[in-house]
Amino acid sequence: MEAEKINQLYFSDVNQPIRYDRRKFLKQLGRGIIVIFSLSELSLLQGWSQPTNARNEEIDFNAYLRVKEDGRVDCYTGKIEMGQGIITSLAQALAEELEVSIDMVDMVMGDTKLCPYDAGTWGSLTTRFADPVIRAAAAEAREILIEIASEKLSEPIGNLEAVNGSVFVKGNASKKIDYAALTKGKKIVRSLTKKPEIKKAKDFKIVGKSVISTDAVAKVTGRAKYSADIKLYGMAHASIVRPGIFGSKKIAVDASALKNFNGAQLIEDGDLVAVIHSESEVAAKAAQSIKITWEAPESKANTETIFKYFEDTITQSTVFEEGGDLEVGKQNSEKIVQADYHDGYKAHAAIETHCATCYFENDKLTIWASTQTPFGTQKELADTFKMPLEDVHVKQIFLGGGFGGKIYNLQAVEAAKIAKISGKPVQLVWTRREEFMYDRFRPAALLKIRSGVDSDGKLNLWEFDIYCAGTRGTKLFYNAPNNLTRFFNKNDVHPFGTGAWRAPGNNTTTFARESHIDATAHAIGQDPLEFRLKNLKDENMIATLKLAADTFGYHTPKKEGHGYGIALGEDAGTLVAIISEVRVDKSTGEVHPVKIVCAQDMGQVVNPHGATVQTEGGVTMGLGYALYEEIEFDGGMLKTRSFNNYPFTTFSKTPKITCVFMDKMDAAPQGGGEPAIICVGGSIANAVFDACGARVNRMPITPQRVLAAMPL
Amino acid sequence: MKQTIGFKLNGKKVTVAINGDESLLTVLREYLDNTGTKYSCGLGQCGACTVILNNQTAQSCITYVDTFENAEIITIEGLANNNELHPIQKAFVAHDALQCGFCTSGMIMNAYGLLLKNPNPSREEIISGMEGNLCRCGSYNNIVDAIESASEKMFKKI
Repeated sequence: MEAEKINQLYFSDVNQPIRYDRRKFLKQLGRGIIVIFSLSELSLLQGWSQPTNARNEEIDFNAYLRVKEDGRVDCYTGKIEMGQGIITSLAQALAEELEVSIDMVDMVMGDTKLCPYDAGTWGSLTTRFADPVIRAAAAEAREILIEIASEKLSEPIGNLEAVNGSVFVKGNASKKIDYAALTKGKKIVRSLTKKPEIKKAKDFKIVGKSVISTDAVAKVTGRAKYSADIKLYGMAHASIVRPGIFGSKKIAVDASALKNFNGAQLIEDGDLVAVIHSESEVAAKAAQSIKITWEAPESKANTETIFKYFEDTITQSTVFEEGGDLEVGKQNSEKIVQADYHDGYKAHAAIETHCATCYFENDKLTIWASTQTPFGTQKELADTFKMPLEDVHVKQIFLGGGFGGKIYNLQAVEAAKIAKISGKPVQLVWTRREEFMYDRFRPAALLKIRSGVDSDGKLNLWEFDIYCAGTRGTKLFYNAPNNLTRFFNKNDVHPFGTGAWRAPGNNTTTFARESHIDATAHAIGQDPLEFRLKNLKDENMIATLKLAADTFGYHTPKKEGHGYGIALGEDAGTLVAIISEVRVDKSTGEVHPVKIVCAQDMGQVVNPHGATVQTEGGVTMGLGYALYEEIEFDGGMLKTRSFNNYPFTTFSKTPKITCVFMDKMDAAPQGGGEPAIICVGGSIANAVFDACGARVNRMPITPQRVLAAMPL
Repeated sequence: MKQTIGFKLNGKKVTVAINGDESLLTVLREYLDNTGTKYSCGLGQCGACTVILNNQTAQSCITYVDTFENAEIITIEGLANNNELHPIQKAFVAHDALQCGFCTSGMIMNAYGLLLKNPNPSREEIISGMEGNLCRCGSYNNIVDAIESASEKMFKKI
C-alpha cells in the first residue's frame, strides 16, 4: 500500500484490516501441505478478516503456511519484524493450532516473492488481523493432516488427535504417525471450505505462555542481517549531496573537485545528485566536494510560531463527533475550563537509519530495504521505473526500528535510481544528518479544548478542536452529553515531511484531553481519579483504570516534591490507563520520572512476556516525547541534526515500569505495539502539576516550561 | 595510496589495506565483513558501534588508525566461544533485553567493557556505565537486569 494512503488511514482508527491484493506464487513453493485462502474464503473468517469484493474472475489467493516434507513448517507473512516481536507471537499462534513445537516453525516475512500481499506493518494491525488468519490456516492444516493419517492408520477421523507434530490414535499412544511421514512426497494445496475449529483458551498450550524472542540469539551474536549488512559483488556505495534547507531546488552543480577522488562517479537525476565509489567513506568525502547552488523555499514558520501559523492558515474543519447542544452544555455548567495545548515535531530516530542495498539484473530489481511496507515499496519502485510489479523483488530483512518512520521509502527509490543509472549494485545508507532531514516527522499540533462541569462534578460540555493530529483515539469515552470534536487539516502546512509516528496523533490528542480532564477536575476541587471514575461511560475503561490505580497504590502518601498523574486512552482496540509518579526539582524545573504503572485491556494476550516488553518499550519511548524531544527549525532549515540536540530517554531516565493486563484470554487479541505510548505525555503532565502546581500545556515538558508555569 | 596495517581481531591477526582516514567501523564492516557492529550516528553519540579495543570500550565510528593499528579488538562476532554464547549474550537472551536488535551489539560490547573494569557493579553503576548507549525501542530496564544477572554468573565463576 502506498505511503500516502497509509497516512490517511494511520491517523484515523483502523479497525478493519486492509484489503488483500491478488498474488500468484504457489508455483514457486515446493512440496508439502500448503494452506491458501482466496479472497472470498477470507470472508469465512467473519469478524476476523474483512470480506472484499474481488474485482475480476481470477481466483486470488494467499498462501499462509506449508508443512514441509521434513515436518518443519514455513509460515508466510507479508509483515516484517522490527522489534515488535511478531516473529515470535505469530509462530506461537501457528504452533498452537497446528500442534507443533514453536522450534519447528520457520517465519518467512516481508518477502514480496514468497509472502502473501500485506498492506504493511503499522497501526498495530498484526496481532489483530494477521494472527487470526494464520491460526485459521494452521487449524486447517491440522485437519488435513488428520485426514491423511486417517487413511494411513485406517482409523476414523474421530478417533484421532494431533499432538506435538504427530497424529495419535486416542487412547493408544503407540499407534501414531508424524507430520513428516504424512507430508512426504505430497503436494496438497487446500483452501478453506468452512471456518476451521479454533482452540478455546482453556486448551491453549503455547498461546498465553511467555516465550523468549525466537530471533534473540541471532541478534546477540551479530548474525541478524539488516539491509546495510548485505554486501554484493562489485557493489558501489552511494552518498547523496543534500541541500541545507528542506525543499530546495537545484540550480547549478559544480563537480570539478570530483577529479581528486579516484574512482568516484557522479550520478545526476533531476534534484538527485550523488556520488558512488567502491568505498563508502570515499563516496562521502567526494560528495562533500560537490558544490550545488540551491534555491530554498521561504520560511513561513519556526519552532515557536508554527502553532499560530496553523490557526491562521487552516480554516477548514470537519466534524468528527457531536452530540447534544453546546449552548445547553454551557448553561448547565458551574465551571467552564478553556485551554490550548501544543506539541512540537518529533523524529522517529530509529537506531538504524534508512538504508537499501539493491541491484538490477535482466531488467529485474532485487532490493533489501529497511521498510515497514515491502509491498508498498515494491509498488513504488515498479511505478518509478515503469516496471511490472513482479519484476521488483523486495527481500526479507530485519529492521532496526521503524515506529512509523519506515513506511516511507525514499531511500529505496534513491538507491534503485542510482543503481539503474550506474549499472552497478548499490548500497545507500542515510547518515544521521540525512535522517534528521528526510525523516517524516510526527507533526506539530495545536489543540483547543473547552469543558464544562456541573456542581456535582459531572461533565456537561466538551469542545475539542484538533489541528494536525488527526482523530485516532479521540472518540469520546467520557460521558459529556453536549460535545463537539472537529479536526482541522491542510496539505503542505508543514515546512518538511511529516507522517505516522507510533500511534499517530493519539499521543498528542491524549496528552491534551487528559491534561484538560485533570484541569477540569482540579477546577472544581475534585480528585482526578474520582472525577474520571464518575465521568467514564465504558465499564472496561473503568476496570482498566481501577487495575492501574490498585497496582500503583494511588492512595499511598506522596513524598515532598513528588506527584501522581493519570491518563487514559484508547488505541488500536486496546484500552490504556497509565499512572506516573514524578519528582520535580522546583529550583531547576527538571522532571524525574520515578515510577510508572501501565494497565491495558488488550483482549487475548498471545505472548504475555512479549506484550510486556512492547508495553514497557512504548512507555520508555513515550517519556522522550513527553519530556525531551523536539525538532528545532526555521522553515525548511532543520536545526536539530544529531542525537546531541535531540535527546530522548536513556538508561538513567528510565523509571521502574510495571505493566498489567486485564485477563481476557477468550477475547479477540487487540493492538500491542502502539497503545501504551499514548498515555505517557498526559500522565507526566498531570504528575508534574500534582508535584509542583505547574500546568505545562506544551510538550516536551522542558525545565524552562515547568519554571515558566510554576505558580508564584 | 593504500597502506597495509594490521591488528588483532577476535584473537586472530588480520591485515588490511586502508586509505588511512577511515574509521574502525568502516574497516570492520566494509573491509573485513564483520557487520555485527552497527552504524547509527557516526559521531560517537549513541554507542551502536561499540567494540573493545585493548580491553577498553571504543566507539568504532570515531576511532582511527593511530588508535587501532596493532591493537587487540573484540567485536560482537568474537564474544561467543564456538557455539557457546558468552554469559552476557546468554543473559540478554534470557531477559529478552532487546527488541529490534540494532543497538544490541553495542550494548553487549559496552557491558563487556564495563564488567572488565568492574566485575560486580551495583545497579547504579551499570546504569551510569551504560548511559551513552541509546536504545529507541526502550529495552533499558531489561538490559540492566541482564547485565546484573550476567555479572552475578561471571563473578561467581571467578
